[in-house]
Amino acid sequence: MRFLKRFYLGLIFLFLYAPILILMVFSFNDSKSRGNWGGFTLRWYAELFRDREIMSALYYTIVIAILSALIATAIGMVAALGIHNMNRFGKGLVINITYLPMLNPDIVTGISLMILFVFVNMERGFISLLIAHITFNIPYVIFSIMPKLKQMNQHLYEAALDLGATPFYAFRKVILPEIMPGVITGLIFAFTLSIDDFVISYFTTGAGVSNLSIVIHSMARRGINPTINALSTLMFITVLLLLIIVNKRTANNSGKENVI
Amino acid sequence: MKQKLNAKLSLLVIVSTLLVLLLTACGQSDRVTLKVFNWGDYMDTSIIADFEKEYNIKVIYSTFATNEDMYVSLKSGGNSYDVAFPSDYMISRMINEDMLHTIDMNNIPNYKYIDDKFKNLPFDSNNEYSVPYLWGTLGIVYNKTMVDDPVDSWEILWNEKYSKQILMLDSQRDSIGITLKMLGYSMNTKEEDQLEEAKQKLIEQKPLVLAYVGDEVKDKMVGGEAALAVVWSGDAVAMKWENPDLEYVIPKEGSNLWFDSAVIPKSSKHKKEAEMFINYLSEPEVAFRNTDYIGYSTPNKETMGMLDQELIEDSTAYPSDAEIENCEVFEDLSDTLQIYDRIWTEIKSS
Amino acid sequence: MKKSMIAYPYLVWMIIFILVPLLLIVFYGFTKTTDQGIVFTLDHFKRFFEPIYIMVLLRSLYLALICTVICLLLGYPLSLILASKEYRHKRVLVLLVVIPMWMNFLLRTYAWLTLLEKNGVINTFISFFGLPKMELLYNQGAVVLGMVYNFLPFMVLPIYSVLIKIDKSIIEAAEDLGADSKTIFGKIILPLSLPGIVSGITMVYMPAVTTFVISRLLGGGQFTLIGNLIEQQFVYTGEWGFGSALSIVMMILILFSMAIMSRYEKEREGGGLF
Repeated sequence: MRFLKRFYLGLIFLFLYAPILILMVFSFNDSKSRGNWGGFTLRWYAELFRDREIMSALYYTIVIAILSALIATAIGMVAALGIHNMNRFGKGLVINITYLPMLNPDIVTGISLMILFVFVNMERGFISLLIAHITFNIPYVIFSIMPKLKQMNQHLYEAALDLGATPFYAFRKVILPEIMPGVITGLIFAFTLSIDDFVISYFTTGAGVSNLSIVIHSMARRGINPTINALSTLMFITVLLLLIIVNKRTANNSGKENVI
Repeated sequence: MKQKLNAKLSLLVIVSTLLVLLLTACGQSDRVTLKVFNWGDYMDTSIIADFEKEYNIKVIYSTFATNEDMYVSLKSGGNSYDVAFPSDYMISRMINEDMLHTIDMNNIPNYKYIDDKFKNLPFDSNNEYSVPYLWGTLGIVYNKTMVDDPVDSWEILWNEKYSKQILMLDSQRDSIGITLKMLGYSMNTKEEDQLEEAKQKLIEQKPLVLAYVGDEVKDKMVGGEAALAVVWSGDAVAMKWENPDLEYVIPKEGSNLWFDSAVIPKSSKHKKEAEMFINYLSEPEVAFRNTDYIGYSTPNKETMGMLDQELIEDSTAYPSDAEIENCEVFEDLSDTLQIYDRIWTEIKSS
Repeated sequence: MKKSMIAYPYLVWMIIFILVPLLLIVFYGFTKTTDQGIVFTLDHFKRFFEPIYIMVLLRSLYLALICTVICLLLGYPLSLILASKEYRHKRVLVLLVVIPMWMNFLLRTYAWLTLLEKNGVINTFISFFGLPKMELLYNQGAVVLGMVYNFLPFMVLPIYSVLIKIDKSIIEAAEDLGADSKTIFGKIILPLSLPGIVSGITMVYMPAVTTFVISRLLGGGQFTLIGNLIEQQFVYTGEWGFGSALSIVMMILILFSMAIMSRYEKEREGGGLF
């Protein structure tokens, strides 16, 4: 059984990481084309750091992803709590509207937000891009937290209040620990979606503020430059290293329950 | 305790990034800022840096993926690009919809270097709105080891011998266009019965097609995944370089001749500087750096003189006048686009 | 009663950035510009009810459904394994499920091309063992594969986050009462993880209906999907009215099916547990 589990896990991770491995391998390809292996090279890495367009896009991608994920998680968490306590009708209505950004094709969300920004005469740029990302992130946060609220014992919170806790204290000590896995899941989803969005970003941003997806998609006509593969490889390694470090550190002050 | 500290720390980091961001956004300089909107990876960016230094103008460079994306973004308003690089049919649409400034050619002395055959083109017949940037054709790339018939006509894409080895473009305008050409009609036709005929032809061809592809066609042909594909000339040069088995042909029935030209959108607030920039790009030296970096064909006579003789003689990038005799430039189809779209959906759903 | 008030900030956000843009879409869907200005029309909706467009919609719903089912079948066991006690570094493992999605989508999909092509990695590997090459690309299977790849994490995480907090004492109690592992799973774990499953299905199915880049790249452009059609209307032909009508019909259809599902979920919540 144990072996079977490991085998299954192994297969899934092979499925998830095979393409990542491929794209990393091609960052060392001395040919610009994916169809041709031209030998080993590091020149894409050298070119990467000279390319100010990619560097600025990387900066905006990360800043927007972090900010939009945090803000969407904050709004979404509070919203989920509120929705959970609504009456049947209100709950149904709000949830159905919340589905919409997930449901709409990106192009519809992107263009309708663009019209909105034009209508209120707001110059498109960093702020409008951030707002758009928060908007399409929130539903994923809400639907990550809602199941945790359903699962939670409803009486714990009231018991805490009866015992004299302030609502905020009760929230922090009773509800938050219970829904934390959902909150983290929402945060991760929000970050993931933001980092990879092209269509909505393209239509809601302005001159000079591009994220990596915009740069990459607009490169496609001429062929995506392997510098992007180089960048992805570096990003992947950085994330992996961070993960190992954080994991080591928390393993050292273990004893604490893992939140996720 | 430690976790709380971490939370505070991360909050601090976020707030400070925000502040830095706002400050840099507000950090006004007295330099004019020129906003340039171009296809991705479609300019040697060192040219921009040199222009900034030479003219003391700051350039903000943004990219788009398709003509249509660019159009929607400009049309909606709320932004102010100073220079953009749309293609032929899109330029005529933008002219019709009054979205472009006329360019004062007196401010573009380098316009004289543009080859006369690239002036007075149908989309801008009086040379008022656009300065050609790069150009090319549409044709067939084939793998010499896989195709033994002579390739000189679009008909070969209907040859059953190459079943499932043909890559068509997933682009309504181009795929329907070449079919119309094969049938002897204009690529810009608005006649419904001609379009209907083209539709039948394309439905007939569908079982032979391996896939309707987009930009990935280049890698596929280089990798030997298919025998024949419809591609743009600029890419064909690079593909032949990656895989010497490939050859590029403009079919005898004629094809599409395309231009990406510099224009100044109406939203521009710095027309004079925009003209300076366009003029700079037309300087033979600068145009050479661009065409050398991108690999597409330059319309600049002087620049052509600087290019490798081999490239000029190879008709892929610089076809002879006879070869492009039957070629047409796309015009804006306006309402007929709806019919194209319908036909294309029908073909793909058949 | 008062507790629902804390949702108000979100409600304001929702009205401005979801409802108002939606009204714009509805407006475009029901109007057209003529010489007399903007007039009310149902033409866009009438056009939708031609068989060719209905077929595109049905195919999109069908492919999304298949993708969701596969994601659930693959994802549920994965979540169970990840949530089980034996992995000490489970949060690292869970993050590792998501991290591939942080690489750019286009690069990932191109990498799938490299894997699946005629001369691609998998076929090279197969022919190394003397087996015949397979046609892996440009069929529905490839499209579904690409969709599952991109949406799997959205199924796994919600289920995992519910599984990890299931009260262990219930399971222990059941064990004490002599329940075998099959009964424990069927009577306790599965019903208790239902909210996570519903969330996962929502987050996979809804966006899956409107994806189109995957079908374009891995399906060889031979499967026009509704997302594709809508994109063409907005960007290529400029038929915003028709594009809006398409989105509205699709939205109504999906919301309707979600409503049926949530009713089912309610029933389970009421009685299924004990």
